Amino acid sequence: MDIQLQQVGYAYAKDTPFEKRALFDVNLHIPSGSYQAIIGHTGSGKSTLLQHLNGLLKPSEGIVKLGDLTIEAGKKAKNLKPVRQQIGIVFQFPEHQLFDETVLKDIMFGPLNFGVPREEAERRARVLADQLGLPEEVLEKSPFDLSGGQMRRVAIAGVLAMEPSVLVLDEPTAGLDPRGRQEIMDLFHHLHMEKGLTTVLVTHSMEDAARYADRVAIMHDGRCVLSGNPIDIFGDEERLAEYRLAAPRVVRFQRKVEAQLGYPLDRLCLTEEQLALELSRTVRGERESL
Amino acid sequence: MTEILSLHEVTYTYSPEEKEARKAVEGISFSVNDGEWIAIVGHNGSGKSTMAKLMNGLLFPQSGEVRVLGETLNEENLWEIRSQMGMVFQNPDNQFVGATVQDDVAFALENNGVPFKDMVVRVHESLAQVKMEKFLDSEPHHLSGGQKQRVAIAGALALKPRILILDEATSMLDPQGREEVLSTVRKLREETHLTVLSITHDLEEALLADRIFVLNNGHKYAEGTPQEIFSRGEELVALGLDLPFAMKMGNLLRANGVALNNEHMSEEELVNDVWTSNFNK
Ligand SMILES: Nc1ncnc2c1ncn2[C@@H]1O[C@H](COP(=O)(O)OP(=O)(O)O)[C@@H](O)[C@H]1O
Ligand SMILES: Nc1ncnc2c1ncn2[C@@H]1O[C@H](COP(=O)(O)OP(=O)(O)O)[C@@H](O)[C@H]1O
Ligand SMILES: [Mg+2]
Ligand SMILES: [Mg+2]
Repeated sequence: MDIQLQQVGYAYAKDTPFEKRALFDVNLHIPSGSYQAIIGHTGSGKSTLLQHLNGLLKPSEGIVKLGDLTIEAGKKAKNLKPVRQQIGIVFQFPEHQLFDETVLKDIMFGPLNFGVPREEAERRARVLADQLGLPEEVLEKSPFDLSGGQMRRVAIAGVLAMEPSVLVLDEPTAGLDPRGRQEIMDLFHHLHMEKGLTTVLVTHSMEDAARYADRVAIMHDGRCVLSGNPIDIFGDEERLAEYRLAAPRVVRFQRKVEAQLGYPLDRLCLTEEQLALELSRTVRGERESL
Repeated sequence: MTEILSLHEVTYTYSPEEKEARKAVEGISFSVNDGEWIAIVGHNGSGKSTMAKLMNGLLFPQSGEVRVLGETLNEENLWEIRSQMGMVFQNPDNQFVGATVQDDVAFALENNGVPFKDMVVRVHESLAQVKMEKFLDSEPHHLSGGQKQRVAIAGALALKPRILILDEATSMLDPQGREEVLSTVRKLREETHLTVLSITHDLEEALLADRIFVLNNGHKYAEGTPQEIFSRGEELVALGLDLPFAMKMGNLLRANGVALNNEHMSEEELVNDVWTSNFNK
Protein backbone atom coordinates (compact mmCIF):
# COMPACT_ATOMS: atom_id res chain seq x y z
CA MET A 1 0.00 0.00 0.00
CA ASP A 2 1.31 3.38 -1.01
CA ILE A 3 1.43 5.86 1.89
CA GLN A 4 1.84 9.60 1.58
CA LEU A 5 2.00 12.40 4.10
CA GLN A 6 1.66 15.87 2.63
CA GLN A 7 2.38 18.92 4.77
CA VAL A 8 1.10 17.14 7.84
CA GLY A 9 0.93 19.09 11.08
CA TYR A 10 -0.44 17.84 14.36
CA ALA A 11 -1.21 19.46 17.70
CA TYR A 12 -2.28 17.56 20.80
CA ALA A 13 -5.16 19.16 22.74
CA LYS A 14 -5.66 21.59 19.88
CA ASP A 15 -7.41 24.88 20.72
CA THR A 16 -7.05 24.38 24.46
CA PRO A 17 -4.57 26.07 26.81
CA PHE A 18 -2.64 22.78 26.80
CA GLU A 19 -2.13 22.71 23.06
CA LYS A 20 1.13 20.96 22.22
CA ARG A 21 2.47 20.93 18.68
CA ALA A 22 4.09 17.63 17.85
CA LEU A 23 4.35 17.68 14.02
CA PHE A 24 5.12 20.48 11.57
CA ASP A 25 4.85 20.27 7.79
CA VAL A 26 5.83 16.62 7.47
CA ASN A 27 6.22 15.33 3.92
CA LEU A 28 6.97 11.66 3.44
CA HIS A 29 6.24 9.18 0.69
CA ILE A 30 6.43 5.49 1.54
CA PRO A 31 6.07 3.52 -1.69
CA SER A 32 4.23 0.22 -1.59
CA GLY A 33 6.59 -2.64 -0.76
CA SER A 34 9.35 -0.54 0.75
CA TYR A 35 10.96 -0.96 4.16
CA GLN A 36 11.01 2.50 5.68
CA ALA A 37 12.90 3.23 8.90
CA ILE A 38 12.10 6.35 10.92
CA ILE A 39 14.75 7.49 13.37
CA GLY A 40 15.07 10.50 15.66
CA HIS A 41 15.67 11.30 19.30
CA THR A 42 13.07 10.84 22.02
CA GLY A 43 10.22 13.33 21.70
CA SER A 44 10.94 14.13 18.05
CA GLY A 45 7.45 13.05 16.97
CA LYS A 46 7.95 9.51 15.68
CA SER A 47 5.10 7.89 17.61
CA THR A 48 2.79 10.78 16.78
CA LEU A 49 3.61 10.33 13.10
CA LEU A 50 2.97 6.59 13.24
CA GLN A 51 -0.46 7.06 14.75
CA HIS A 52 -1.45 8.92 11.59
CA LEU A 53 -0.76 5.79 9.59
CA ASN A 54 -3.96 4.06 10.57
CA GLY A 55 -6.14 7.02 11.40
CA LEU A 56 -5.70 6.82 15.15
CA LEU A 57 -4.76 10.48 14.97
CA LYS A 58 -6.15 12.86 12.35
CA PRO A 59 -3.84 15.50 10.97
CA SER A 60 -4.43 19.05 12.22
CA GLU A 61 -3.10 20.25 8.89
CA GLY A 62 -2.32 18.57 5.60
CA ILE A 63 -3.22 15.25 4.02
CA VAL A 64 -2.55 11.60 4.84
CA LYS A 65 -3.08 9.13 2.00
CA LEU A 66 -3.33 5.47 2.88
CA GLY A 67 -3.73 3.62 -0.41
CA ASP A 68 -7.00 4.88 -1.86
CA LEU A 69 -8.14 6.51 1.35
CA THR A 70 -7.48 10.21 1.86
CA ILE A 71 -7.62 11.71 5.32
CA GLU A 72 -7.61 15.47 5.18
CA ALA A 73 -7.36 17.99 7.98
CA GLY A 74 -10.73 19.52 8.83
CA LYS A 75 -12.73 17.02 6.78
CA LYS A 76 -14.76 14.18 8.16
CA ALA A 77 -12.91 10.88 7.93
CA LYS A 78 -14.48 8.12 5.89
CA ASN A 79 -14.91 4.58 7.10
CA LEU A 80 -11.50 3.57 8.46
CA LYS A 81 -12.25 -0.06 9.20
CA PRO A 82 -11.07 -1.56 5.87
CA VAL A 83 -7.81 0.31 6.07
CA ARG A 84 -7.25 -0.61 9.73
CA GLN A 85 -7.58 -4.25 8.77
CA GLN A 86 -4.72 -3.85 6.32
CA ILE A 87 -2.42 -1.80 8.51
CA GLY A 88 -1.12 -3.54 11.59
CA ILE A 89 0.49 -1.40 14.27
CA VAL A 90 2.72 -2.69 17.04
CA PHE A 91 2.85 0.07 19.65
CA GLN A 92 5.77 1.20 21.70
CA PHE A 93 4.30 -0.13 24.95
CA PRO A 94 2.73 -3.49 24.16
CA GLU A 95 0.93 -3.71 27.51
CA HIS A 96 -1.49 -1.10 26.21
CA GLN A 97 -2.42 -3.41 23.42
CA LEU A 98 -3.29 -6.41 25.59
CA PHE A 99 -6.65 -6.85 27.26
CA ASP A 100 -8.14 -10.32 26.91
CA GLU A 101 -8.23 -12.93 29.65
CA THR A 102 -5.86 -15.39 27.98
CA VAL A 103 -2.96 -15.01 25.60
CA LEU A 104 -4.67 -17.20 22.99
CA LYS A 105 -7.87 -15.11 23.07
CA ASP A 106 -5.84 -11.96 22.89
CA ILE A 107 -4.02 -13.04 19.74
CA MET A 108 -7.29 -14.24 18.18
CA PHE A 109 -9.19 -11.04 18.93
CA GLY A 110 -8.14 -9.05 15.87
CA PRO A 111 -8.89 -11.70 13.26
CA LEU A 112 -12.23 -12.55 14.92
CA ASN A 113 -13.15 -8.90 15.00
CA PHE A 114 -12.60 -8.70 11.25
CA GLY A 115 -14.70 -11.79 10.54
CA VAL A 116 -12.08 -14.53 10.31
CA PRO A 117 -13.68 -17.89 11.33
CA ARG A 118 -12.79 -19.05 14.85
CA GLU A 119 -10.91 -22.15 13.70
CA GLU A 120 -8.73 -20.19 11.31
CA ALA A 121 -8.09 -17.49 13.92
CA GLU A 122 -6.95 -20.11 16.41
CA ARG A 123 -4.74 -21.82 13.84
CA ARG A 124 -3.03 -18.52 13.05
CA ALA A 125 -2.61 -17.72 16.74
CA ARG A 126 -0.91 -21.04 17.48
CA VAL A 127 1.42 -20.84 14.50
CA LEU A 128 2.44 -17.27 15.37
CA ALA A 129 2.91 -18.00 19.06
CA ASP A 130 5.30 -20.73 18.02
CA GLN A 131 7.13 -18.52 15.50
CA LEU A 132 7.54 -15.85 18.15
CA GLY A 133 8.95 -18.27 20.67
CA LEU A 134 5.99 -18.28 23.08
CA PRO A 135 5.78 -21.67 24.78
CA GLU A 136 2.51 -23.64 24.53
CA GLU A 137 1.75 -23.32 28.26
CA VAL A 138 1.72 -19.53 28.03
CA LEU A 139 -1.31 -19.55 25.71
CA GLU A 140 -3.78 -20.19 28.52
CA LYS A 141 -2.17 -17.68 30.90
CA SER A 142 -3.35 -14.12 31.43
CA PRO A 143 -1.24 -11.80 29.29
CA PHE A 144 -0.66 -9.66 32.37
CA ASP A 145 1.15 -12.46 34.21
CA LEU A 146 3.93 -12.58 31.63
CA SER A 147 7.33 -10.98 31.67
CA GLY A 148 7.75 -7.77 29.64
CA GLY A 149 9.46 -9.57 26.77
CA GLN A 150 6.71 -12.15 26.55
CA MET A 151 3.99 -9.47 26.57
CA ARG A 152 5.70 -7.83 23.63
CA ARG A 153 5.69 -11.10 21.70
CA VAL A 154 1.97 -11.54 22.39
CA ALA A 155 1.22 -8.03 21.12
CA ILE A 156 3.25 -8.69 17.97
CA ALA A 157 1.49 -12.03 17.40
CA GLY A 158 -1.88 -10.27 17.75
CA VAL A 159 -0.98 -7.82 15.01
CA LEU A 160 0.52 -10.40 12.66
CA ALA A 161 -2.57 -12.61 13.12
CA MET A 162 -4.56 -10.03 11.13
CA GLU A 163 -2.24 -10.70 8.18
CA PRO A 164 -1.88 -6.99 7.40
CA SER A 165 -0.31 -5.76 4.17
CA VAL A 166 1.33 -2.84 5.99
CA LEU A 167 3.30 -3.44 9.15
CA VAL A 168 3.90 -0.41 11.34
CA LEU A 169 6.35 -1.06 14.16
CA ASP A 170 7.05 1.40 16.96
CA GLU A 171 10.30 0.24 18.57
CA PRO A 172 9.07 -3.34 18.44
CA THR A 173 12.09 -4.96 20.08
CA ALA A 174 12.76 -2.57 22.96
CA GLY A 175 13.01 -4.72 26.06
CA LEU A 176 13.64 -8.00 24.27
CA ASP A 177 16.77 -10.00 24.96
CA PRO A 178 19.40 -10.04 22.21
CA ARG A 179 18.34 -13.34 20.71
CA GLY A 180 14.68 -12.31 20.83
CA ARG A 181 15.50 -9.02 19.09
CA GLN A 182 17.28 -10.74 16.31
CA GLU A 183 14.69 -13.48 15.87
CA ILE A 184 11.85 -10.98 15.71
CA MET A 185 13.64 -8.55 13.39
CA ASP A 186 14.45 -11.50 11.14
CA LEU A 187 10.83 -12.62 11.25
CA PHE A 188 9.63 -9.14 10.23
CA HIS A 189 12.15 -9.08 7.42
CA HIS A 190 11.15 -12.53 6.26
CA LEU A 191 7.46 -11.54 6.21
CA HIS A 192 8.33 -8.30 4.46
CA MET A 193 10.06 -10.17 1.64
CA GLU A 194 7.76 -13.19 1.42
CA LYS A 195 4.45 -11.32 1.58
CA GLY A 196 5.61 -8.16 -0.15
CA LEU A 197 4.62 -6.06 2.85
CA THR A 198 5.12 -2.35 3.25
CA THR A 199 7.02 -2.00 6.51
CA VAL A 200 7.47 1.14 8.60
CA LEU A 201 9.90 0.76 11.48
CA VAL A 202 10.48 3.34 14.18
CA THR A 203 13.65 2.43 15.97
CA HIS A 204 16.38 3.74 18.25
CA SER A 205 18.66 1.09 16.86
CA MET A 206 20.68 2.62 14.04
CA GLU A 207 22.01 -0.92 13.55
CA ASP A 208 18.55 -2.29 12.76
CA ALA A 209 17.72 0.65 10.50
CA ALA A 210 20.98 0.11 8.60
CA ARG A 211 20.56 -3.64 8.32
CA TYR A 212 16.93 -3.95 7.30
CA ALA A 213 15.59 -0.73 5.82
CA ASP A 214 15.85 0.42 2.23
CA ARG A 215 14.80 3.97 3.11
CA VAL A 216 15.52 6.04 6.21
CA ALA A 217 13.80 9.23 7.39
CA ILE A 218 14.94 11.42 10.27
CA MET A 219 12.49 13.20 12.57
CA HIS A 220 13.75 16.19 14.54
CA ASP A 221 11.63 18.48 16.71
CA GLY A 222 8.45 17.46 14.93
CA ARG A 223 9.81 17.84 11.41
CA CYS A 224 10.94 15.27 8.89
CA VAL A 225 14.33 16.82 8.23
CA LEU A 226 16.00 14.26 6.02
CA SER A 227 15.13 11.14 4.07
CA GLY A 228 17.06 8.97 1.72
CA ASN A 229 18.79 5.63 1.35
CA PRO A 230 20.67 4.18 4.34
CA ILE A 231 24.13 4.62 2.78
CA ASP A 232 23.65 8.35 2.26
CA ILE A 233 21.99 8.92 5.62
CA PHE A 234 24.44 6.91 7.70
CA GLY A 235 27.49 8.02 5.78
CA ASP A 236 27.00 11.63 6.84
CA GLU A 237 27.96 11.62 10.49
CA GLU A 238 28.10 15.39 10.86
CA ARG A 239 24.54 15.73 9.69
CA LEU A 240 23.42 12.93 12.02
CA ALA A 241 25.07 14.67 14.96
CA GLU A 242 23.05 17.82 14.23
CA TYR A 243 19.98 15.74 15.00
CA ARG A 244 21.53 14.17 18.10
CA LEU A 245 21.99 10.86 16.34
CA ALA A 246 25.05 8.71 15.73
CA ALA A 247 25.93 6.36 12.89
CA PRO A 248 25.52 2.62 13.46
CA ARG A 249 28.29 1.06 15.50
CA VAL A 250 29.72 -0.74 12.48
CA VAL A 251 30.04 2.53 10.56
CA ARG A 252 31.82 4.20 13.47
CA PHE A 253 34.14 1.21 13.64
CA GLN A 254 34.85 1.39 9.93
CA ARG A 255 35.82 5.05 10.40
CA LYS A 256 38.27 4.11 13.14
CA VAL A 257 39.84 1.47 10.91
CA GLU A 258 40.08 3.95 8.04
CA ALA A 259 41.72 6.52 10.32
CA GLN A 260 44.35 3.92 11.22
CA LEU A 261 44.84 2.81 7.59
CA GLY A 262 45.02 6.39 6.35
CA TYR A 263 42.62 5.78 3.46
CA PRO A 264 38.91 4.98 3.04
CA LEU A 265 37.65 1.51 2.16
CA ASP A 266 35.93 1.06 -1.21
CA ARG A 267 32.45 1.20 0.25
CA LEU A 268 30.54 2.09 3.38
CA CYS A 269 29.42 -1.08 5.13
CA LEU A 270 26.09 -1.18 6.93
CA THR A 271 26.48 -4.55 8.62
CA GLU A 272 29.31 -6.33 10.43
CA GLU A 273 29.24 -9.10 7.84
CA GLN A 274 29.78 -6.61 4.98
CA LEU A 275 32.64 -4.94 6.81
CA ALA A 276 34.38 -8.24 7.57
CA LEU A 277 34.20 -9.11 3.88
CA GLU A 278 35.39 -5.68 2.79
CA LEU A 279 38.32 -5.72 5.20
CA SER A 280 39.37 -9.20 4.09
CA ARG A 281 39.43 -7.97 0.48
CA THR A 282 41.47 -4.97 1.54
CA VAL A 283 43.94 -7.19 3.41
CA ARG A 284 44.34 -9.35 0.31
CA GLY A 285 45.09 -6.23 -1.70
CA GLU A 286 41.91 -6.43 -3.74
CA ARG A 287 41.02 -2.76 -3.50
CA GLU A 288 39.24 -1.25 -6.47
CA SER A 289 40.28 2.35 -6.06
CA LEU A 290 44.07 2.04 -6.07
CA MET B 1 34.86 -3.67 51.21
CA THR B 2 31.57 -3.78 53.07
CA GLU B 3 28.56 -5.65 51.88
CA ILE B 4 25.49 -3.53 51.19
CA LEU B 5 23.05 -6.09 49.81
CA SER B 6 22.94 -9.86 49.56
CA LEU B 7 20.64 -12.73 48.66
CA HIS B 8 20.93 -16.12 50.37
CA GLU B 9 19.37 -19.15 48.69
CA VAL B 10 16.38 -17.08 47.62
CA THR B 11 13.47 -18.87 45.96
CA TYR B 12 10.24 -17.32 44.71
CA THR B 13 7.25 -18.62 42.80
CA TYR B 14 4.20 -16.60 41.72
CA SER B 15 1.88 -19.55 42.35
CA PRO B 16 2.98 -21.08 45.67
CA GLU B 17 -0.22 -23.15 45.92
CA GLU B 18 0.81 -25.25 42.91
CA LYS B 19 3.40 -27.84 43.88
CA GLU B 20 4.73 -28.32 40.37
CA ALA B 21 4.78 -24.62 39.45
CA ARG B 22 7.92 -23.27 37.87
CA LYS B 23 9.94 -21.10 40.20
CA ALA B 24 10.57 -17.58 38.93
CA VAL B 25 13.87 -17.58 40.82
CA GLU B 26 15.41 -20.52 42.63
CA GLY B 27 18.26 -20.85 45.11
CA ILE B 28 19.88 -17.53 44.20
CA SER B 29 22.77 -16.24 46.34
CA PHE B 30 25.08 -13.34 45.78
CA SER B 31 26.59 -10.41 47.58
CA VAL B 32 27.04 -6.79 46.46
CA ASN B 33 29.63 -4.46 47.96
CA ASP B 34 29.00 -0.89 48.92
CA GLY B 35 29.70 1.33 45.91
CA GLU B 36 29.80 -1.45 43.33
CA TRP B 37 28.19 -1.25 39.87
CA ILE B 38 26.60 -4.58 39.07
CA ALA B 39 25.09 -5.45 35.70
CA ILE B 40 22.45 -8.19 35.71
CA VAL B 41 21.89 -9.93 32.40
CA GLY B 42 19.74 -12.84 31.29
CA HIS B 43 17.14 -13.83 28.72
CA ASN B 44 13.53 -12.59 28.96
CA GLY B 45 11.79 -14.48 31.73
CA SER B 46 15.04 -15.52 33.43
CA GLY B 47 13.89 -13.92 36.68
CA LYS B 48 15.65 -10.54 36.64
CA SER B 49 12.62 -8.38 37.49
CA THR B 50 11.45 -10.85 40.10
CA MET B 51 14.86 -10.63 41.71
CA ALA B 52 14.78 -6.83 41.63
CA LYS B 53 11.38 -6.86 43.36
CA LEU B 54 12.70 -9.25 45.99
CA MET B 55 15.60 -6.90 46.63
CA ASN B 56 13.40 -3.97 47.58
CA GLY B 57 10.63 -5.89 49.28
CA LEU B 58 7.94 -5.60 46.64
CA LEU B 59 7.97 -9.40 46.89
CA PHE B 60 9.12 -11.63 49.75
CA PRO B 61 10.84 -14.95 49.10
CA GLN B 62 9.12 -18.23 50.01
CA SER B 63 12.50 -19.40 51.23
CA GLY B 64 15.88 -17.81 51.72
CA GLU B 65 16.84 -14.37 52.93
CA VAL B 66 17.41 -10.90 51.49
CA ARG B 67 19.80 -8.67 53.45
CA VAL B 68 20.04 -4.93 52.82
CA LEU B 69 22.26 -2.49 54.73
CA GLY B 70 23.05 -5.11 57.33
CA GLU B 71 19.48 -6.14 58.05
CA THR B 72 17.27 -8.98 56.90
CA LEU B 73 14.47 -7.43 54.90
CA ASN B 74 11.08 -7.95 56.61
CA GLU B 75 7.67 -6.30 56.87
CA GLU B 76 8.80 -4.16 59.83
CA ASN B 77 11.93 -2.55 58.36
CA LEU B 78 10.64 -2.51 54.79
CA TRP B 79 9.82 1.20 54.59
CA GLU B 80 12.96 2.29 56.36
CA ILE B 81 15.10 0.25 53.99
CA ARG B 82 13.13 1.15 50.92
CA SER B 83 13.73 4.85 51.59
CA GLN B 84 17.42 4.10 50.90
CA MET B 85 16.68 2.44 47.59
CA GLY B 86 15.66 4.00 44.32
CA MET B 87 14.08 1.75 41.74
CA VAL B 88 13.19 2.46 38.14
CA PHE B 89 11.22 0.03 36.02
CA GLN B 90 11.13 -0.69 32.33
CA ASN B 91 7.72 0.80 31.64
CA PRO B 92 7.42 4.32 33.02
CA ASP B 93 3.63 4.54 32.67
CA ASN B 94 2.92 2.46 35.73
CA GLN B 95 5.13 4.62 37.91
CA PHE B 96 3.42 8.00 37.72
CA VAL B 97 1.25 9.40 40.50
CA GLY B 98 1.60 13.18 40.24
CA ALA B 99 -0.45 15.48 38.01
CA THR B 100 2.66 17.28 36.79
CA VAL B 101 6.24 16.24 36.35
CA GLN B 102 7.42 18.17 39.39
CA ASP B 103 4.56 16.89 41.57
CA ASP B 104 5.52 13.43 40.58
CA VAL B 105 9.14 13.79 41.55
CA ALA B 106 8.12 15.62 44.76
CA PHE B 107 5.69 12.89 45.75
CA ALA B 108 8.32 10.36 46.77
CA LEU B 109 10.22 13.03 48.70
CA GLU B 110 7.10 14.07 50.58
CA ASN B 111 6.46 10.44 51.47
CA ASN B 112 9.92 10.25 52.92
CA GLY B 113 9.50 13.35 55.02
CA VAL B 114 11.84 15.69 53.14
CA PRO B 115 11.15 19.33 54.24
CA PHE B 116 9.44 21.52 51.64
CA LYS B 117 12.41 23.87 51.21
CA ASP B 118 14.79 21.01 50.33
CA MET B 119 12.14 19.37 48.24
CA VAL B 120 11.91 22.19 45.71
CA VAL B 121 15.68 22.26 45.31
CA ARG B 122 15.98 18.51 44.92
CA VAL B 123 13.15 18.30 42.40
CA HIS B 124 14.83 20.92 40.24
CA GLU B 125 18.26 19.35 40.63
CA SER B 126 17.22 15.85 39.75
CA LEU B 127 15.14 16.96 36.76
CA ALA B 128 18.12 18.96 35.53
CA GLN B 129 20.30 15.86 35.89
CA VAL B 130 18.15 14.05 33.33
CA LYS B 131 17.66 17.21 31.21
CA MET B 132 13.93 17.48 31.87
CA GLU B 133 13.90 20.79 33.76
CA LYS B 134 11.92 22.40 30.94
CA PHE B 135 9.02 20.03 31.59
CA LEU B 136 8.35 20.88 35.29
CA ASP B 137 4.67 21.60 34.72
CA SER B 138 3.93 19.11 31.97
CA GLU B 139 1.55 16.26 32.61
CA PRO B 140 3.53 13.00 32.76
CA HIS B 141 1.02 11.29 30.49
CA HIS B 142 1.66 13.78 27.73
CA LEU B 143 5.36 13.03 27.49
CA SER B 144 6.92 10.69 25.01
CA GLY B 145 8.09 7.30 26.24
CA GLY B 146 11.72 8.25 26.67
CA GLN B 147 10.85 11.53 28.38
CA LYS B 148 8.67 9.68 30.87
CA GLN B 149 11.51 7.36 31.69
CA ARG B 150 13.83 10.26 32.41
CA VAL B 151 11.28 11.68 34.84
CA ALA B 152 11.04 8.31 36.56
CA ILE B 153 14.81 8.26 36.89
CA ALA B 154 14.77 11.79 38.31
CA GLY B 155 12.21 10.61 40.87
CA ALA B 156 14.55 7.87 42.02
CA LEU B 157 17.59 10.16 42.10
CA ALA B 158 15.77 12.86 44.10
CA LEU B 159 15.61 10.47 47.05
CA LYS B 160 19.41 10.40 47.15
CA PRO B 161 19.34 6.65 47.65
CA ARG B 162 22.27 4.46 48.76
CA ILE B 163 21.26 1.81 46.26
CA LEU B 164 19.81 2.40 42.82
CA ILE B 165 18.13 -0.48 40.99
CA LEU B 166 17.52 0.08 37.28
CA ASP B 167 15.28 -2.56 35.72
CA GLU B 168 15.93 -2.10 32.01
CA ALA B 169 15.32 1.55 32.78
CA THR B 170 17.11 2.86 29.70
CA SER B 171 15.74 0.35 27.21
CA MET B 172 13.13 2.83 25.92
CA LEU B 173 15.59 5.70 25.47
CA ASP B 174 17.38 6.74 22.31
CA PRO B 175 21.13 5.99 22.30
CA GLN B 176 22.07 9.51 23.30
CA GLY B 177 19.43 9.64 26.03
CA ARG B 178 20.68 6.33 27.32
CA GLU B 179 24.25 7.53 27.39
CA GLU B 180 23.23 10.75 29.17
CA VAL B 181 21.33 8.91 31.86
CA LEU B 182 24.10 6.39 32.39
CA SER B 183 26.80 9.03 32.64
CA THR B 184 24.59 10.95 35.10
CA VAL B 185 24.36 7.84 37.25
CA ARG B 186 28.11 7.25 36.90
CA LYS B 187 28.86 10.79 38.01
CA LEU B 188 26.49 10.52 40.93
CA ARG B 189 28.17 7.34 41.94
CA GLU B 190 31.55 9.02 42.08
CA GLU B 191 30.19 11.89 44.14
CA THR B 192 27.98 9.95 46.53
CA HIS B 193 29.23 6.38 46.62
CA LEU B 194 25.99 5.08 45.17
CA THR B 195 25.63 1.34 44.66
CA VAL B 196 24.07 0.49 41.30
CA LEU B 197 22.36 -2.69 40.16
CA SER B 198 21.44 -2.35 36.53
CA ILE B 199 19.39 -4.98 34.73
CA THR B 200 20.23 -4.57 31.08
CA HIS B 201 20.36 -6.17 27.65
CA ASP B 202 22.93 -3.62 26.54
CA LEU B 203 26.24 -5.43 26.60
CA GLU B 204 28.29 -2.33 25.98
CA GLU B 205 26.79 -1.05 29.23
CA ALA B 206 27.49 -4.33 31.02
CA LEU B 207 31.08 -4.11 29.82
CA LEU B 208 31.56 -1.03 32.04
CA ALA B 209 30.23 -2.67 35.22
CA ASP B 210 32.47 -3.85 38.06
CA ARG B 211 30.86 -7.25 37.97
CA ILE B 212 28.17 -9.04 35.98
CA PHE B 213 25.57 -11.52 37.26
CA VAL B 214 24.15 -13.83 34.61
CA LEU B 215 20.71 -15.34 35.24
CA ASN B 216 19.31 -18.26 33.30
CA ASN B 217 15.90 -19.89 33.84
CA GLY B 218 15.60 -18.52 37.36
CA HIS B 219 19.06 -19.64 38.42
CA LYS B 220 22.31 -17.78 38.81
CA TYR B 221 24.39 -19.01 35.90
CA ALA B 222 27.60 -17.09 36.51
CA GLU B 223 29.11 -14.06 38.18
CA GLY B 224 32.39 -12.31 37.48
CA THR B 225 34.15 -9.35 35.97
CA PRO B 226 33.13 -8.40 32.42
CA GLN B 227 36.40 -9.94 31.23
CA GLU B 228 35.61 -13.24 32.96
CA ILE B 229 32.00 -13.33 31.79
CA PHE B 230 32.52 -12.39 28.15
CA SER B 231 35.47 -14.73 27.70
CA ARG B 232 32.82 -17.47 27.84
CA GLY B 233 31.95 -16.39 24.30
CA GLU B 234 29.55 -18.67 22.43
CA GLU B 235 28.32 -20.13 25.71
CA LEU B 236 26.57 -16.81 26.37
CA VAL B 237 25.07 -16.75 22.90
CA ALA B 238 23.55 -20.17 23.62
CA LEU B 239 21.80 -18.59 26.63
CA GLY B 240 20.10 -16.05 24.35
CA LEU B 241 22.59 -13.29 25.13
CA ASP B 242 25.00 -11.50 22.87
CA LEU B 243 28.66 -10.54 22.80
CA PRO B 244 30.12 -7.02 22.83
CA PHE B 245 30.56 -5.50 19.37
CA ALA B 246 34.36 -5.84 19.30
CA MET B 247 34.17 -9.57 20.04
CA LYS B 248 31.53 -10.22 17.39
CA MET B 249 33.41 -8.14 14.85
CA GLY B 250 36.65 -9.95 15.71
CA ASN B 251 35.01 -13.35 15.22
CA LEU B 252 33.63 -12.30 11.83
CA LEU B 253 36.99 -10.93 10.73
CA ARG B 254 38.71 -14.19 11.62
CA ALA B 255 36.04 -16.19 9.80
CA ASN B 256 36.79 -14.06 6.73
CA GLY B 257 40.50 -14.78 6.93
CA VAL B 258 41.67 -11.52 8.53
CA ALA B 259 44.52 -12.35 10.94
CA LEU B 260 44.15 -11.38 14.60
CA ASN B 261 46.43 -11.99 17.56
CA ASN B 262 43.86 -11.88 20.31
CA GLU B 263 40.24 -11.62 21.43
CA HIS B 264 39.25 -8.02 22.16
CA MET B 265 36.47 -6.38 24.10
CA SER B 266 37.31 -2.83 23.10
CA GLU B 267 37.13 -1.43 19.59
CA GLU B 268 40.43 0.42 19.95
CA GLU B 269 42.30 -2.79 20.73
CA LEU B 270 40.66 -4.53 17.81
CA VAL B 271 41.57 -1.73 15.38
CA ASN B 272 45.15 -1.95 16.60
CA ASP B 273 45.27 -5.68 16.18
CA VAL B 274 43.82 -5.48 12.65
CA TRP B 275 46.52 -2.92 11.85
CA THR B 276 49.54 -4.69 13.36
CA SER B 277 48.55 -8.22 12.29
CA ASN B 278 47.69 -7.37 8.68
CA PHE B 279 48.97 -4.04 7.44
CA ASN B 280 51.95 -3.05 9.53
CA LYS B 281 53.84 -6.34 9.52
N1 LIG C 1 -0.82 12.58 24.44
C1 LIG C 1 -0.03 13.64 24.33
N2 LIG C 1 -0.44 14.88 24.73
C2 LIG C 1 0.37 15.96 24.62
N3 LIG C 1 1.62 15.94 24.11
C3 LIG C 1 2.09 14.74 23.70
C4 LIG C 1 1.31 13.53 23.79
N4 LIG C 1 2.05 12.50 23.30
C5 LIG C 1 3.23 13.04 22.94
N5 LIG C 1 3.27 14.38 23.17
C6 LIG C 1 4.39 15.31 22.89
O1 LIG C 1 4.62 15.30 21.49
C7 LIG C 1 6.02 15.28 21.21
C8 LIG C 1 6.35 14.08 20.33
O2 LIG C 1 6.09 12.89 21.06
P1 LIG C 1 6.23 11.45 20.41
O3 LIG C 1 5.57 11.44 19.09
O4 LIG C 1 5.76 10.45 21.43
O5 LIG C 1 7.84 11.36 20.24
P2 LIG C 1 8.80 10.12 19.97
O6 LIG C 1 7.95 8.93 19.64
O7 LIG C 1 9.67 10.56 18.84
O8 LIG C 1 9.60 9.92 21.22
C9 LIG C 1 6.74 15.26 22.56
O9 LIG C 1 7.20 16.54 22.86
C10 LIG C 1 5.67 14.83 23.54
O10 LIG C 1 5.89 15.44 24.79
N1 LIG D 1 3.03 -11.27 37.95
C1 LIG D 1 3.39 -12.51 37.56
N2 LIG D 1 2.56 -13.58 37.73
C2 LIG D 1 2.91 -14.83 37.34
N3 LIG D 1 4.12 -15.12 36.77
C3 LIG D 1 4.99 -14.10 36.57
C4 LIG D 1 4.68 -12.75 36.94
N4 LIG D 1 5.75 -11.96 36.61
C5 LIG D 1 6.66 -12.79 36.07
N5 LIG D 1 6.23 -14.07 36.03
C6 LIG D 1 6.96 -15.23 35.53
O1 LIG D 1 8.17 -15.37 36.28
C7 LIG D 1 9.27 -15.68 35.43
C8 LIG D 1 10.37 -14.62 35.58
O2 LIG D 1 9.87 -13.37 35.11
P1 LIG D 1 10.66 -12.00 35.25
O3 LIG D 1 11.26 -11.95 36.62
O4 LIG D 1 9.73 -10.92 34.86
O5 LIG D 1 11.82 -12.20 34.17
P2 LIG D 1 12.77 -11.13 33.44
O6 LIG D 1 12.67 -9.84 34.18
O7 LIG D 1 14.13 -11.75 33.50
O8 LIG D 1 12.29 -11.04 32.02
C9 LIG D 1 8.71 -15.77 34.01
O9 LIG D 1 8.49 -17.13 33.72
C10 LIG D 1 7.39 -15.03 34.08
O10 LIG D 1 6.45 -15.57 33.18
MG1 LIG E 1 7.81 7.08 20.58
MG1 LIG F 1 12.10 -7.90 33.45
